[in-house]
Amino acid sequence: MMASFSWNLDEPGKRCVLSGNEAAARGALEGGAQVVTSYPGSPSVQILECLAAVGHERKIYAQWSINEKVALEVAAAASFSGLRSLSVMKADGLNVALDFLTTLPLSGINAGLVLIVSDDPGAHSSVKEEETRYLAPPAHVPLLEPANPEESRDMVTWAFEISEKAGLPFMVRMVTRICHARGNVSLGALKITRQQPHFPVQARFVTAGRFHPRSHERLEGLQQDFERSAFNHYMGPEKPTLTIFTSGVSYWYAVEAVESLGVENSVGIFKIGTLWPVPEKTVLDVLKRSRRVLFFEEIEPFLEEQTMILAAQYWVDVGPVAFLGKRSGDVPWIMKTRGMGEMDPDITTQALAKALGIDFQPRPASLKEKLEGLPELELPLRLLILCAGCPHRASYWAIKTALAMDGRDGFALGDIGCYALGVLPTGYQTIRTLHSMGSGAGLASGFGKLQEMGLNQPIVAVIGDSTFYHAGIPALINARVSGARYLCIILDNGTTAMTGHQPHPGSGITAMGDPVLTLPIPEIVRGLGIPLTIRDPYEIHETTNTILDLLRKKELHVLLLQRECALTAGRGKAKPHVYVNPEICLGDACGCSRFCTRVFSCPANIFDEEAGKAKIDETLCTGCGVCAALCPQGAIIIEEERAENDNRS
Amino acid sequence: MTIAHDPLNIIISGVGGQGNILVSDLISRSFCKAGFFVSVGETYGATQRGGSVVSYIRLSLRHPYGPLIPVGNAHIIVGFEPLEVYRILREYGHHEVRVVMNDRPFYPLDALQKKSPYPPMDELLSHIRNLAKQVKVIKGTPLAREAGNTQAQNIVMLGAFVGLKWVPLEKERYLSALEETFSSTNLDINSKAFELGFLAASE
Repeated sequence: MMASFSWNLDEPGKRCVLSGNEAAARGALEGGAQVVTSYPGSPSVQILECLAAVGHERKIYAQWSINEKVALEVAAAASFSGLRSLSVMKADGLNVALDFLTTLPLSGINAGLVLIVSDDPGAHSSVKEEETRYLAPPAHVPLLEPANPEESRDMVTWAFEISEKAGLPFMVRMVTRICHARGNVSLGALKITRQQPHFPVQARFVTAGRFHPRSHERLEGLQQDFERSAFNHYMGPEKPTLTIFTSGVSYWYAVEAVESLGVENSVGIFKIGTLWPVPEKTVLDVLKRSRRVLFFEEIEPFLEEQTMILAAQYWVDVGPVAFLGKRSGDVPWIMKTRGMGEMDPDITTQALAKALGIDFQPRPASLKEKLEGLPELELPLRLLILCAGCPHRASYWAIKTALAMDGRDGFALGDIGCYALGVLPTGYQTIRTLHSMGSGAGLASGFGKLQEMGLNQPIVAVIGDSTFYHAGIPALINARVSGARYLCIILDNGTTAMTGHQPHPGSGITAMGDPVLTLPIPEIVRGLGIPLTIRDPYEIHETTNTILDLLRKKELHVLLLQRECALTAGRGKAKPHVYVNPEICLGDACGCSRFCTRVFSCPANIFDEEAGKAKIDETLCTGCGVCAALCPQGAIIIEEERAENDNRS
Repeated sequence: MTIAHDPLNIIISGVGGQGNILVSDLISRSFCKAGFFVSVGETYGATQRGGSVVSYIRLSLRHPYGPLIPVGNAHIIVGFEPLEVYRILREYGHHEVRVVMNDRPFYPLDALQKKSPYPPMDELLSHIRNLAKQVKVIKGTPLAREAGNTQAQNIVMLGAFVGLKWVPLEKERYLSALEETFSSTNLDINSKAFELGFLAASE
């Protein structure tokens, strides 16, 4: 969300509130980045959006690349040509780019190259909680981890400089609670660079196994800078009874735990920001201060393990130390809504209290009693749902219905994006596999081959439009050349919806808002020699019948379901007025079991308990009319054109 | 300026699409200008898709804090949706928490599908009153409609929060943050929504 552009102000010293993403973008402006690339992924999607929005003004080229590997390659080309560059991706995306990343320290780079990777502890907007810090050592990529928005800016700015000096790409690891957090940032000076790109004639950026020693030398060359870095600091008594080792946002939860328990005089906090290669001397010096160490970090015990390795290596010097952390169970894994890798001030305070033998109660006894005394009130869960009018709901309804009508135990495979909600009740639990970008189509090319070995069930893969470009095309080629048969349904809503509507190669616009040639999906599919059918999912009966026909065809076929995302389609436009005619709706006497609210389940379909009739929530309804087509009684009426003002900024 | 608690912890709770983040942004920018350390955490995974949204705002004159509020430590809750207010209140409410809330329900799918009913509003409100030191219910959605757009209920609730004067920051600071954010018709609608909420707070 870009409520203001304060991160772009040329007012050094000004104190503003920035999100971690805005602060990282600011770091690119203060670090002299000229090329920025990314593929949209939460929680770091806004970093490129920020820089693209001011690209023309600041002479920065910003690109939504086709996928993360290409994004990193585009950034590396800039670095080789003498321009500082930034590439941004979420943890899942780093896996896609990892093949290229592991070659860069061997070939070396030229101008500073910074890679921001955002992990999602708690899996707030991811299918998994992946820890990327472990990938730094095998890739030979130095790793920094900021603790808040301000430090994100500081680290990104510094990373450009030190990366250039070391000849190595630098990884800055952010997490959801930094990307999506906001805090005070004092703006520094902008570094507007107009370096002209030039590939040095004598240069060679070549990867070879024999360059392995060079990667290690480059990493060793960083030791001094890391030992001296102000991103690492110890705070506390000279000889603490216990030292907290912490990195990232957990640092602030550690500060709060010490403050809550009032143990400032006995507990020290060691915050480490230059995480890998480990600044050995600094860590050993702190380690020698006390016999007990407690680790607070997200997601896996990376810092904990790195410290233990060092303590083992220098055991004669360090002596016996008790390591309390996730490995020992002294810092519990707490399962929250979607994951267990996220820290918070409650976990740190309880863990510290336990380590010190302090009895800590987060609430006063009176409040605790009051809470326990309240009569139980059953609270409905608020599961994620597809938006009112979402074309995916219509698509899933059609797929589910067609598979049932076909009756041969056909099944659907999916992947990540808004349409991943197809695994939940809101998508009628239509999707039966969910893994990574494009995996539905890839798995289907495997299932489609198993048919020759006796698999007797129709196979459907769904894939989003942006995902089709990112990872779907190789899977379709694989199916085409191997003779795998399945129905690939491309859910084309014209945008990268899940991450906030970024353009893709079919959109005809760049990240920077410039018009560009489109690469329409039908042309690509036809170019692959795969038969193609196009439908509008809002035409629900026609779409269902088409899917049923295609299932019976038993061939590799692409069905393109095209309908703009309901969130973008509705903006500022008049919408049809959809309402329930109470004269026609029979309510519970209908026998439809409240089809619109309980079965079709668009959030705009509600039930008026007093009147005993179905109703439309007109604030939410987008006027798609799909429920009207499905209502068995024909009680839902569509009337054209009613406008409402839009208050979006 | 002093605050009753340092850090002062405010939670804004709502449902995806209700405009939580805009309100936490307006509040945090206003306090930053007044010289505070502000930290804001947002839980909004896939929020446009109807999930609950929580914004944690922490204000301090001493030092920055982390972006999450410890359990039992929210001093103020600004709620856009009653069920979500109660959910947050049970977990995060301080023993002297104050609540300002819109009482318009936004039914979860589970309730619409009758898997788990939405609790009766009077029961929900009595539970909320039981746990809070002070509760102010605002007809946020009708007031927003009066201002020109039902979606502006978030700004009505911001106006009400400011009107209650639970935190010592002048109205003008929020208004100037509003002016930085909106222009033309949207500014008119949102300024009116703010005023209607502000007035409703003193009724």
